[in-house]
Amino acid sequence: MIQVNGENFDGFDGLTVAEVLKAQNYPDKMIAVECNGAIIPRGKWAEQTLADGDHIEVVRFVGGG
Amino acid sequence: MKIRLNGQWTETKARDMAELRREVYAVEAMEEQQRRCIWIVDGFQTEENLSLREGMTINWIEKGRMPERSAMESMLCARHTPHVYEKVKQAHIAIAGLGGLGSNIAVMLARTGVGHLHLIDFDIVEPSNLNRQQYLISHLGMYKTEAMKDMLAQMNPYVQVDIDTVRIDEDNCAELLKEDDIICEAFDRAEAKAMLTEQILCHYPEKTLICGSGMAGYGPSGTIVTRKITDHFYICGDGVSAAQPGNGLMAPRVTICAGHQANMVLRCILGLKDV
Repeated sequence: MIQVNGENFDGFDGLTVAEVLKAQNYPDKMIAVECNGAIIPRGKWAEQTLADGDHIEVVRFVGGG
Repeated sequence: MKIRLNGQWTETKARDMAELRREVYAVEAMEEQQRRCIWIVDGFQTEENLSLREGMTINWIEKGRMPERSAMESMLCARHTPHVYEKVKQAHIAIAGLGGLGSNIAVMLARTGVGHLHLIDFDIVEPSNLNRQQYLISHLGMYKTEAMKDMLAQMNPYVQVDIDTVRIDEDNCAELLKEDDIICEAFDRAEAKAMLTEQILCHYPEKTLICGSGMAGYGPSGTIVTRKITDHFYICGDGVSAAQPGNGLMAPRVTICAGHQANMVLRCILGLKDV
């Protein structure tokens, strides 16, 4: 089981970060991703594979300032 | 007894304010000076003949004249809680972007007495900025970094302000921000916010990053909050109100969000990590 922003998901084990983001319809450019409290740079999204118990936090930004 | 008079520990024989004034003023111009001077006792302006107590902080200035540095600094921190000023004076804070968020954060932190501000922006002041940013008509066409440095010098000349007039990107980000303890993200574009977040959390997990996201329009004030993601990463805003056609950026909510960021900076400086 993988947790994404506090919600549990079955079937994400073994997927890469990029695949999970795609499955959850996150935009590509306006987000930052943490796994178990450490940032995952976007260059690693396609490489890093998720394992049972991993917590993903996707921070989504909106424009304006 | 000893009192702190215009920022200096001073031995006095005076027992009350009237006696202190007689010690301070030139004898030949006593009445004239009393007419032109303001006295502030422990952060409170008064003309009463209060009794003096050991350790009181008393400031006096001549109206309309720039006081000496020690007196001015003492005045600026006269309303702070004790020991707060010493800590904020040591802090090194970066502000990445000097638009609606950054210009307001810079002003608040300078007024708070933050010792070192590092301002970064590549852009110039334009008429469309004036609806929510701190700049004046007289700054139009100037770099925001230079305009803001100029403004801050008029508010608190004892803040050390360093400026970098560049666009922050993935390549220069880590080098630009290496000296700063706390970084305020104050960009306009969502992609840039995400880029800075990734770079800072990657290169400097020990620094603190405080972002702004979601403050356009005129929705309820109370939906703008400070969210703690980790001990070193906070996001202020409502998280959803993007600036877009039909939902522009307006001074009140942008300033509320900037206030959240500036207050979180202050709390982090003081070691308070909860929101």
